Amino acid sequence: MLSRVADSLYWMSRYIERAENNARIADVNLQLLLDLTNPTEKDLLQQWDPIISSLEEDELFASLYEKPEGKAVIDFVSLQKKNPNSIYSCLTLARENARTTSEQISSEMWEQINRLYLFVKSDAARKLVRTSPYEFFKRIIAGSHLFQGITDATMTHGEGWDFIRIGKLLERADCTSRILDVKYHILLPSGEKVGGNVDTIQWMSVLKSCSALEAYRKIYVGQVAPWRVAEFIITHSAFPRSIRFSVDCFDAALHRISGSHESKYANEAERLSGRLRSDLDYVTIGDIFKFGLHEYLEQIQERLVEISSAMQAAYCANNAFESFTAD
Amino acid sequence: MGDFFSDYQVGDFFDEMFSGPGVVRPHYSKLFARFKEMEREEFERKRALAASTFLTQGVTFTVYNDDQGTERIFPFDLVPRIIPAEEWDLVERGLVQRITALNLFLHDIYHTQNILRDGVIPKQIVWEATHFRPEFMQFDVPRNIYIHICGTDLIRDKDGTYLVLEDNARCPSGVSYVIENRQTMKRAFPSLLGQFRVRAVEDYSQELLNVLRHIAPGGKTEPTVVLLTPGVYNSAYFEHSFLARSMGIEIVEGRDLVARDGRVFMRTTKGLKPVDVIYRRINDDFLDPQVFRKDSGLGVPGLVEAYRDGNVSLANSIGTGIADDKAVYHFVPKMIRYYLGEDPILPNVSTYLATEKEDLSYILEHIPELVIKAVNESGGYGMLIGPQATKAECERFRDKVKKNPRNYIAQPVVALSRAPAFCDNDMQGRHVDLRPFVLYGEKVTIIPGGLTRVALRAGSLVVNSSQGGGSKDTWVLEAENGAAAVE
Repeated sequence: MLSRVADSLYWMSRYIERAENNARIADVNLQLLLDLTNPTEKDLLQQWDPIISSLEEDELFASLYEKPEGKAVIDFVSLQKKNPNSIYSCLTLARENARTTSEQISSEMWEQINRLYLFVKSDAARKLVRTSPYEFFKRIIAGSHLFQGITDATMTHGEGWDFIRIGKLLERADCTSRILDVKYHILLPSGEKVGGNVDTIQWMSVLKSCSALEAYRKIYVGQVAPWRVAEFIITHSAFPRSIRFSVDCFDAALHRISGSHESKYANEAERLSGRLRSDLDYVTIGDIFKFGLHEYLEQIQERLVEISSAMQAAYCANNAFESFTAD
Repeated sequence: MGDFFSDYQVGDFFDEMFSGPGVVRPHYSKLFARFKEMEREEFERKRALAASTFLTQGVTFTVYNDDQGTERIFPFDLVPRIIPAEEWDLVERGLVQRITALNLFLHDIYHTQNILRDGVIPKQIVWEATHFRPEFMQFDVPRNIYIHICGTDLIRDKDGTYLVLEDNARCPSGVSYVIENRQTMKRAFPSLLGQFRVRAVEDYSQELLNVLRHIAPGGKTEPTVVLLTPGVYNSAYFEHSFLARSMGIEIVEGRDLVARDGRVFMRTTKGLKPVDVIYRRINDDFLDPQVFRKDSGLGVPGLVEAYRDGNVSLANSIGTGIADDKAVYHFVPKMIRYYLGEDPILPNVSTYLATEKEDLSYILEHIPELVIKAVNESGGYGMLIGPQATKAECERFRDKVKKNPRNYIAQPVVALSRAPAFCDNDMQGRHVDLRPFVLYGEKVTIIPGGLTRVALRAGSLVVNSSQGGGSKDTWVLEAENGAAAVE
């Protein structure tokens, strides 16, 4: 496969996953607001602030909007063209990358990306964001799921498919760590206690962002405790949006591409990913909290960036439409 | 019912569907009957279906008339153009004859130049042509084929006679629309297509791949074939990716290729992989900055050397632009007589060469009645349609022609045939042309029909997509046991 094409498939997939995750974060935050009884204006602002921070676009946001209130944040993450990580921008870049590889992906995949892109560009989308952002985010998430399903069902599970998987799972691991980190930034409204009602609701919302609440409940019956939520989201071996699961899967994809055995490594990307993988296999939630949850998540994000660059150095000599990076 | 044709004006033109007011040509009668029973709403549904199909498939081209290229759908008209079997038979024979002569001409011109020595074509016509490549004199192209893919534009005059308007012997485009248009019609009019016996067009990509494999260096049996595109911003990018996909070959950009030791390789995730045949959709000028334009970022340095060494084959060959020079066009009927000893089956549109003294003075005196064309332009650019031009425009062209006669030819305005198209909520006669695609490999293959382009603006004679043109599906009918519907 052409190096340029491998690179484009990787980025196409990352951008779709990123659009989906942005929709998840914004959607859950919208729901969270509804759970606050008699919120003060300060509470409301505090609620949205962490989302901007998690996207690491504070300055850009401040230059575009007066204050981080709901409507502004929703516009910023959904359709703001100036935000390189908005859903609009992500899907535009995903489509550009798909266009340069459209003879490699199946026509069904291409049509699905194109449909999603045409949707976010349409007046209908603009109207939907205004009138019912919840529905807009649902459509983006469902659109991304449909794309993944089409990909698995219509594309040969070979090298190209593996690059698509690596892109998706690397991005997912990164986004999941950011979603968990959002909770770190959220301050409890004045008068609320740690472990109190609002605190629990906030941790539940973290699970919901990852579609993980139901899965969590089946394992830890009843209680939503912070350390258990973190444990589940970081280290669960079989939940498809956990960090460990994502890392396991892209590590396997890397080995399928090079043909090297899973316990060995053929290049720097495999060495780094194998190391991260074994760390996640053996780390306990106690270790993580001792290290500091925020610090731990940051360190994971850094290591994901290293793996991504090593992978590109190994396989993708020249970059296609990678105008924005994840980090 | 929809009442689509009750106000239809045949006008003073050859109409593809009607031989006179209200008189339907026999090969269109089933179509006419189908439209008679169709409600407007049903037609609107089909139109919406067709438009959304093109949009989601990304069957678009890019227009650069502002800073930002905008993607547009090539407008598609749902009324097919129908060509009866015996009419197509004539066209096909004419095209085979023409491509054969053009290839013999190219071989001759790049070797002994007998046709110039015998005075059939004036020497300076060839030597002064922009696209003549004297640096490839005495170079032997694989299998002796120069033009592997040719798009020849045909028009019909007032009597319905097919005429050749121009040959496109470099990188003709449009064939992807032929195939996509048919797919769309199959969805929109499944039963109608069943009633007619329309010849299939879907095997074009397979035939093209056969041609490309046929010219592999040293007769290699499993060659690596790639399609070289200028990139995603090229207006024909959809077509490039469509063809690569349907042939199952890689689509590459210049930066994906590298030439080393007289060989061409592509950069893959597993290292460099040798390439044998390149279907290039880039003009000669941009192929190799070491040989042609130094500023070309689209090409591959060293590609031409590898081509000369016979290690990589190109389709089309370098230097075919001389064959679609509009001044050389004038001499194609003479070429056919010279090389084949036959009368041309498809006549040319009569042409005045500004390089000929008598022709030049005729041109200068009659500009408002003529079509003036720059010899190397295509896509409807660089031309003047006298009867539709302002006085100032005519004057501007008069100066241009005087200043650089080799660069211009003139033709009388041909009243292109018309076919019904749905415009402004009704069926109206619009001018059409036809671009069949000719493939030259082990044998000459032509997909039945080709791209019918239609000038959707009322009265317009320009069918190019960049100038408000659209397209129609083209149906070539199977012969009905020799007893075809004769008009």
